[in-house]
Amino acid sequence: MKATVKFFAALREMTGTRELTLDVPDGQTVNGLFRELCARYPRLADYESALFYSVNAEYVSPDHGLRDGDEVAFIPPVSGGGGAD
Amino acid sequence: MLIEITAGPLAPEPFLQHVRRDDSGAVALFLGVVRDNSVDAAGVRRRVLYLEYDAYLEMAEQKLREVAEEALSRWPITDVAIAHRIGRLEIGETSLLVAVSSPHRHEAFAACHHIVNRIKEVVPIWKKEVWEGGEAWIEGEPVGEK
Repeated sequence: MKATVKFFAALREMTGTRELTLDVPDGQTVNGLFRELCARYPRLADYESALFYSVNAEYVSPDHGLRDGDEVAFIPPVSGGGGAD
Repeated sequence: MLIEITAGPLAPEPFLQHVRRDDSGAVALFLGVVRDNSVDAAGVRRRVLYLEYDAYLEMAEQKLREVAEEALSRWPITDVAIAHRIGRLEIGETSLLVAVSSPHRHEAFAACHHIVNRIKEVVPIWKKEVWEGGEAWIEGEPVGEK
């Protein structure tokens, strides 16, 4: 089955891409997919402990199972809002 | 409710007009503004030249909507407008705008404060600081429950 992966902010710069479409095995989890991508982009691994996952624009747990056609994003800690933190 | 993510400048007036009502005596407005300095992890202050915001647009719009709905269900407020800039922002420009109307001031202040805090926790938008001699994506505190 196929999944689309989106990268933002620091992860986009590390991977040099905004979006990838990948073949993923049945039963793959979002965390499993992230670890697979760490083999391709080793610097991603530094982010694993801080990361949130989304599938089809909703936050999910790391063990969430993927379905064909899902859109996955790896979400670093967010930093929107004002300049006045 | 009005939710907007835009690469263009944010002017408050349309958002204030959107939330104000004749039956509501209070409008609270928060502006997040690009500051000309920041402090790094070692405590050293640096001069910021500009910011660049990246967003997961579809999800960010949906999360802003959820944050507004949460406030509307929690306080007796009348309406909410939220706007966030993306792309490059110069010093002094408005990056975030939150406007809340309510019959009385207390609820407008409380809901506005809550909305700004939640945006910084759950909305997938990131800022990169560019300063003299370097740049970095800023990462907020990881939050246990989204």
